[in-house]
Amino acid sequence: MSTTIAQKRGIGSMLWDYLTTVDHKKIAVLYLLGGGFFFIIGGLEALAIRIQLIKPANDFVSAGFYNELLTMHGTTMIFLAAMPLVFALMNAVVPLQIGARDVAFPFLNSLGFWLFLFGGLLLNASWFLGGAPDAGWTAYAPLSTTSPGHGVDFYVLGLQISGAGTLIAGINFLVTIVNMRAPGMTYMRMPLFTWTTFIVSALILFAFPALTVGLFLLMFDRLFGSGFFDASMGGNSVIWEHLFWIFGHPEVYILILPAFGVFSEILPTFSRKRLFGYTAMVFATVLIGFLGFMVWAHHMFTVGLGPAANSIFAIATMAIAVPTGIKIFNWLFTMWGGSIRINSAMLWTLGFIPSFTIGGMTGVMVAAAPADYQYHDSYFIVAHFHYVIVGGVVFGIFAGLHYWWPKMFGKILDETLGKITFWTFFIGFHLTFFIQHFLGLMGMPRRYWTYGADQQLELGNVISTIGAFFMAIGAIVFIYNVIITTAKGEMVSGDPWDGRTLEWATPNPTPHYNFAQTPLVRGLDPLWIEKTEGRKGMTPAEPLGDIHMPNPSILPFIMSLGLFIAGFGFIYQIDDPRWLIVAIVGMGILLGAMFIRSVKDDHGHHIHKEDLEKGAGL
Amino acid sequence: MSQEHTLNPEVFPDEPEKATLEGKNKFLGFWFFLGGETVLFACLFGTYLALQGSTVGENTAENLFGLELVFIMTMLLLTSSLTSVYAMYHMKNNDFAKMQVWLGITVVLGLAFLGLEIYEFYHYITHYDFTFRSSAFGSAFYTLVGFHGGHVLFGLLWIITLMARNAKRGLNLYNAPKFYIASLYWHFIDVVWVFIFTVVYLMGKVG
Amino acid sequence: MKGWMGKIRALFLLSLLSLILSGCGKENLTAFTPKGYGAEVSLNLIIISLLVMIFVFIVVMVIYTIVLVRYRQKKGQEDFVPKQTEGNKALEVIWTVIPIILLIVIAVPTVTATYDLASTDDKEDSLNVNVTGNQYWWHFNYGEQEIQTSQDLYIPVGEKVYLNMISSDVLHSFWVPSISGKMDTNPENENTMFIEAYEEGVYYGKCAELCGPSHSLMDFKVIAVSREEFDTWVEDMQNVDPEATPETASAQEGQEIFQNSCIGCHAVGSQASAVGPNVTNFGDRSMIAGVVEYSKENLIQWMLNPEEFKPGNKMTGNYSVPSPEEAEKIADYLLQLQPSEITPESATE
Repeated sequence: MSTTIAQKRGIGSMLWDYLTTVDHKKIAVLYLLGGGFFFIIGGLEALAIRIQLIKPANDFVSAGFYNELLTMHGTTMIFLAAMPLVFALMNAVVPLQIGARDVAFPFLNSLGFWLFLFGGLLLNASWFLGGAPDAGWTAYAPLSTTSPGHGVDFYVLGLQISGAGTLIAGINFLVTIVNMRAPGMTYMRMPLFTWTTFIVSALILFAFPALTVGLFLLMFDRLFGSGFFDASMGGNSVIWEHLFWIFGHPEVYILILPAFGVFSEILPTFSRKRLFGYTAMVFATVLIGFLGFMVWAHHMFTVGLGPAANSIFAIATMAIAVPTGIKIFNWLFTMWGGSIRINSAMLWTLGFIPSFTIGGMTGVMVAAAPADYQYHDSYFIVAHFHYVIVGGVVFGIFAGLHYWWPKMFGKILDETLGKITFWTFFIGFHLTFFIQHFLGLMGMPRRYWTYGADQQLELGNVISTIGAFFMAIGAIVFIYNVIITTAKGEMVSGDPWDGRTLEWATPNPTPHYNFAQTPLVRGLDPLWIEKTEGRKGMTPAEPLGDIHMPNPSILPFIMSLGLFIAGFGFIYQIDDPRWLIVAIVGMGILLGAMFIRSVKDDHGHHIHKEDLEKGAGL
Repeated sequence: MSQEHTLNPEVFPDEPEKATLEGKNKFLGFWFFLGGETVLFACLFGTYLALQGSTVGENTAENLFGLELVFIMTMLLLTSSLTSVYAMYHMKNNDFAKMQVWLGITVVLGLAFLGLEIYEFYHYITHYDFTFRSSAFGSAFYTLVGFHGGHVLFGLLWIITLMARNAKRGLNLYNAPKFYIASLYWHFIDVVWVFIFTVVYLMGKVG
Repeated sequence: MKGWMGKIRALFLLSLLSLILSGCGKENLTAFTPKGYGAEVSLNLIIISLLVMIFVFIVVMVIYTIVLVRYRQKKGQEDFVPKQTEGNKALEVIWTVIPIILLIVIAVPTVTATYDLASTDDKEDSLNVNVTGNQYWWHFNYGEQEIQTSQDLYIPVGEKVYLNMISSDVLHSFWVPSISGKMDTNPENENTMFIEAYEEGVYYGKCAELCGPSHSLMDFKVIAVSREEFDTWVEDMQNVDPEATPETASAQEGQEIFQNSCIGCHAVGSQASAVGPNVTNFGDRSMIAGVVEYSKENLIQWMLNPEEFKPGNKMTGNYSVPSPEEAEKIADYLLQLQPSEITPESATE
């Protein structure tokens, strides 16, 4: 019903609806669109990199442009593609999984998205305004502080803005999960995806401020003449490395843990068996999150921190392999004795297990500090983190999208196309990255624009580039699949997979208040419990009554726009102080919108019981 | 109608800041936010400690800092934290007028603190030629203390806005959480200052 | 220990050889065939950890295969509901404890090797070279011997050589994969590491920390020669007279131009040259600027437009470009700067 109404309303009002929405399900769609857009951009950058490296002494792109490409590929994929896509899944699923009607702070949820989007746009605007940042996604000082032009300024401001959005999203999920769970949904009954979201949100909360500080210091050095990383003023560039990795290592877990959560949902559903070792899985998630903060200096083994620091961080890093191993074995034993159905979502999951195991193996290998003296900043590391981030996070996102697509959009993605996507992408992925382990040890450092013809590095690079094109084909087929399914797919029931968790208890499409009556949770896999007892749906925990829902608001969009404008002002004021006016105007818009938000009461609205009975809001 | 009633009950609850779901969410969310802020300041402190001695022949902590002024500033801020506690005490008793008075005193003390801080910076810049760009120490000092000062300014604007917005309509369960988290923020600022006083000023003067 | 490690390594390399068609990469560049102490320690650790990890991978894949073969839903089983197992304490203990043991197997040699490679016990008695990373070239200063060179690092074979490393601008990382793992050069503090080459030869060195557009063009060479040859080289280098008159007229004119113009940044002899590379033994090098084929034409072209070879270098725009004729004379002068018989060429023979 809602789709026909939406069509009648026309594009203008639909746009306004999405600009002002505070509904977590619509924000999930926005995150998906934004993240997907940047994923395509990051993918094109990757292809350009691979084309450049297909032969020795190639000049497909210039050396300077190559550095912009590699910087933007990394930055885009981490901050603007992987994280938002993960947030898309979290927004779509977590409130449903805990039986909530929305997140704790719907307004902030919207603000988080718009900050991410405008931060990403600001960062990418650099392409058209004199060149993108070129100091690597790690932006090590003093290269980043001395890099000419405004590229790195866009990096600093763009990430600062989108980082603020991420922090807000993290706090929002923390409070949502603590305060908004349905009756009976105890912590140890929460689905694993909710658990990983919870831990990840805590990681965001404690990791992102380190990046915030780092970016501020970098901005001060570049734009306001301070000397944090300038050796001639007594500064110390290693501080940046510490701050960056205190954030950067937990960031890796911020990405991978939700993927773990996705797989922990898919495997029980399609094995028709409850998750093996649930308690151990929860414990392992918490432990990985905790250890994630103790290991940042393993990115800095060659910085010269000394043998004591290197040894401690090496051992701490190896320790993470234990909870990760626990997870792998628990997944395998979830399938053991089950009734395994293999479809696209499951294929990505099954592809993930060996791929990620290899990534984890090389993870232990790079943790051995003296071995890392060889791996560090070589293609071995490139191979390792792509095995973890593509083989883990991207596979997880694809798996999650196939799995929850009917929940988000009411239709099942085409299975044949899904399988074509998987196999091309999976083969391409291993072709691209497996050989890079060897390239690294054969003496190819990462971030190399070119290599000598006499260095026997050509064959490996050719194979790698061919693999990259396979991945591109896989991604294109997926996009085609999305379009075809949207246009021609059939609406399915609210529970097409014989699901176990609460999100499958809502009808299709899910009404904007999610649950007319809050469900009563009676154990792990609450929907499965009801089904085994012969009931069709959840037992309500409350009588039908008025539902309180938040009001939509355009203010998050305006606030983010203000920061976006201010960003340009801050960047260009160093050329011409008059740009400070732009910065002030932008900040004025932000503060003005905050002021309005602060003084204007927003009590939300009620959907009345009578209207609910008539099916309003569907 | 029902909303009006839930937000203005006849008997004010014991913890008006947590009486509604929105209030509970605000309360918890703000504590989480302060957790993040703690990391933010921890990073700034770490940076400051690493660069404390990087004076490259310019002014050092020892020749710059005078403890008298900083002591007065500390007393002002500590007292303002106490007055905001009184304000919250009156909020819980649903005594809006007294709450406003104590918040007003808090604001005055905060403004005095901020004035002295500005004077302090002005003094360093004009008398010692010690600026943000003098040395890595200078950058780290102004950044750490300045971030705190920025928090004080934001806190003051926040409390003033709340006081003005609600001056006419008084307390209810909708704005009680707002007052409460503003006072939480104010306490946090105070705690950070205690660390700044110890690490930057005391240790700078003694160590 | 070393014996069986060597055997395992031989076995490992053999299987690896069959794995990749191109073998293990280029001799004296690849880390797969170590020819120095650090590279050997690293490779031993790589092999230990890889073997342990391959064991884990096999275990995972065996279970994985069994599960997929045995428990796939078959036709007619669509309604089958498996037993809902909560977990298994014994199993969970096993896959917690065994990995811990395996990790200890890796952790012990890791810590030992970390301290081993960081030791500076005999630093005082060994050859010390001060290494400076620059955008985009390497400076080597033999403090005690009062020798300054760039791009080519001469070391005696079979001895520990201590490198005291710093950067003059941004971060770089000193990496000679066949001899040793890498160490960063930071602008604010000196890092120390030692290298020891087992065989005479010319080893490829690379910068391994993104340092700007020409990061990939910052190659250098480590030339390991016998102790006698090294002593000869040191003596030759010490005896260089920067004022010595070249033989040909063209080179003499070139010297004049060099000393009037280029000397602001470059140097010949034992004095430091902070801005550009020291060219004392330019004629002995095997590469121009580390990455360009060694020929007079290329050298002239470099002087006319260095940007073509190394984008973003510090020379472009900071010198008065010579005329082609002048450049040729300077080239003649530089090419005849051949103070020693000990060269990359002699080291490979």
